[in-house]
Amino acid sequence: MGKNLLQKAWEQHTVRELPTGQTQLFIGLHLIHEVTSPQAFEELRVRGLDVRYPARTFATVDHIVPTHSQERPFVDTLAEEMMVAIETNCREFGVQLFGLDDDRQGIVHVVGPEQGLTQPGMTIACGDSHTSTHGAFGAIAFGIGTSQVRDVLCSQCLAMDPLKVRRIEVTGSLAPGVYAKDVILAIIRELGVKGGTGFAYEYSGEAISSMSMEERMSICNMSIEGGARVGYVNPDETTYEYIRGRPFAPSEEDWEDAVKYWESFASDEDAEFDDEISLDGSALGPNVTWGINPGQSVQVDGQLPTVSELPEGERASASEALEFMEFEQGAPIAGTGIDVAFIGSCTNGRISDLREAAKVALGRKVSPGVKALVVPGSRLVSEQAESEGLHEVFMEAGFEWRKAGCSMCLAMNPDKLKGRELSASSSNRNFKGRQGSPLGRTLLMSPVMVAAAAIAGEVVDAREMLGD
Amino acid sequence: MSESRITGAAGRGIPVRGDDIDTDRIIPARFLRCVSFEGLGEHAFEDDRKNFSDGIHSFDREEFQGASILVVNDNFGCGSSREHAPQSLMRWGITGIIGVSFAEIFFGNCVANGVPCLTLDSSQVDEIQGMIEGDPGCQLELDVENRSVHAGENTYPAGLPDGVQRAFLEGLWDSATLLLDASAAIDEVNARILPLQEQS
Repeated sequence: MGKNLLQKAWEQHTVRELPTGQTQLFIGLHLIHEVTSPQAFEELRVRGLDVRYPARTFATVDHIVPTHSQERPFVDTLAEEMMVAIETNCREFGVQLFGLDDDRQGIVHVVGPEQGLTQPGMTIACGDSHTSTHGAFGAIAFGIGTSQVRDVLCSQCLAMDPLKVRRIEVTGSLAPGVYAKDVILAIIRELGVKGGTGFAYEYSGEAISSMSMEERMSICNMSIEGGARVGYVNPDETTYEYIRGRPFAPSEEDWEDAVKYWESFASDEDAEFDDEISLDGSALGPNVTWGINPGQSVQVDGQLPTVSELPEGERASASEALEFMEFEQGAPIAGTGIDVAFIGSCTNGRISDLREAAKVALGRKVSPGVKALVVPGSRLVSEQAESEGLHEVFMEAGFEWRKAGCSMCLAMNPDKLKGRELSASSSNRNFKGRQGSPLGRTLLMSPVMVAAAAIAGEVVDAREMLGD
Repeated sequence: MSESRITGAAGRGIPVRGDDIDTDRIIPARFLRCVSFEGLGEHAFEDDRKNFSDGIHSFDREEFQGASILVVNDNFGCGSSREHAPQSLMRWGITGIIGVSFAEIFFGNCVANGVPCLTLDSSQVDEIQGMIEGDPGCQLELDVENRSVHAGENTYPAGLPDGVQRAFLEGLWDSATLLLDASAAIDEVNARILPLQEQS
């Protein structure tokens, strides 16, 4: 019987079985940022411990950095204190930091792949739930809490319970104007926001294998929104080509051996899975969330649910969502007016996202009264976009062009919703209060759909603006 | 490490009803602008408490002050990996949680802080929530050793993964020390996987 990628990477990184019966798993790459690491470093100091392999940990700053002006010291003294903490910690413990004085700064899940740090067959941990993003490369990547950040810093290991694997096959080709974001929203709608608890998701099928690495990252990124801590795609030529030549990629001399090593992790033809499901990718359209969790979505030409027609277990949650959003059950989602449009985040802040959104923005104007912002996922994404003139396309259309950071995805920085504002957002969470105002509302969708909503002032089918 | 053995948790209960309560609701992101977990207790559920539409949130109700066992529904703690969520609950006074199910990262964070989270069926959780709403003085007990919950006169068999149960009972839940025990084996794995080197 063959093995799947999770089993192979797990075995390769197993240090031992712990007395608890859990696995002591070695972490090949540890990524840290300013929010979930300071307490972990403090514990190292209290316990008199060092960082075991500083060369396997990389730091950047993303959650709290302002995207308007990144001048130091920050106006927000709490944020400034966190910046000083990560700078001091990295210096003291010998960890490489892509800080605000470094061209490589950006959102941690954009930076890792961009630098060639994220590689197939690896185990990757970071104190951030969207670490599943890195699974796009055939890595086992997952979010951890601060105590576990401490564990990885001092031992390069974690105590892990076993994971099951669910293979999710997405068949067919996606229609024009339908993106990775639409696929993952459909998967979460289908399997539920807790359907993946205890599972790693293996994404496969024609729709996935024909995707670029950036699209695969958008899919894997939101695995956690379906409850799956890990999501991955088997590595292939697309993966290797993306990595080749990046700063931390293996050298040309070692390249063939590295590819052979990576290939050995791909799930075997006869691998077994704990569960398998299939979804017809060719039948999907653009999706938009209407509720307060990422599983509550509908196709842009569809209607909000009628509560009495939902399965009993979903009714309370749907009623709560409709009340919070102030939406009528059964109403169409298209035509919902928006106040804010946000393009960015670790889900959809990469160059291909900006290129697609710019197609819609080109020669059009943001609707009066809509605040629209584009926030590149990293400085390198920003530089690339500027070299292609995308920033001008956006600014001429009335979008604000910002500096790299997490921005309005999670509102730990000055970018926040106000009051009851409703935001069309390319980010990953539509939880109550997620975008900074306790009563603010979020509709998740692809960056192209956000750009179209910014221009129309309401939710519209972006395919009408994409042309042929 | 025997003094860090955890066999259970006991005290009065506090219900927080609703499925899929995410960690942004447990502790809103603006309170993560800190370099220590101190002071998070007073901000637990802050926005939910301010904007509660159905009477008064239980964290603000007089009768639940001093309670230590949180009783929640399905998929509690979903979303962000922030350990600030269990930290804020602990600092409010929570020492154990009963729920239908927990999101994985939140559950792991609770384990790392010595807070047992036991699972029961949905109808049993509803029953206990009703019980403590009717009688806030009612004592609840989480029994890690026997994997059960005692509420008033009733005992419910509860769920807890084997490895976590052993970690609590044997005082191994503070994993850093445990992991460092295997020093030579860690070096072996480090040597067999690809190094990370920047190309010049």
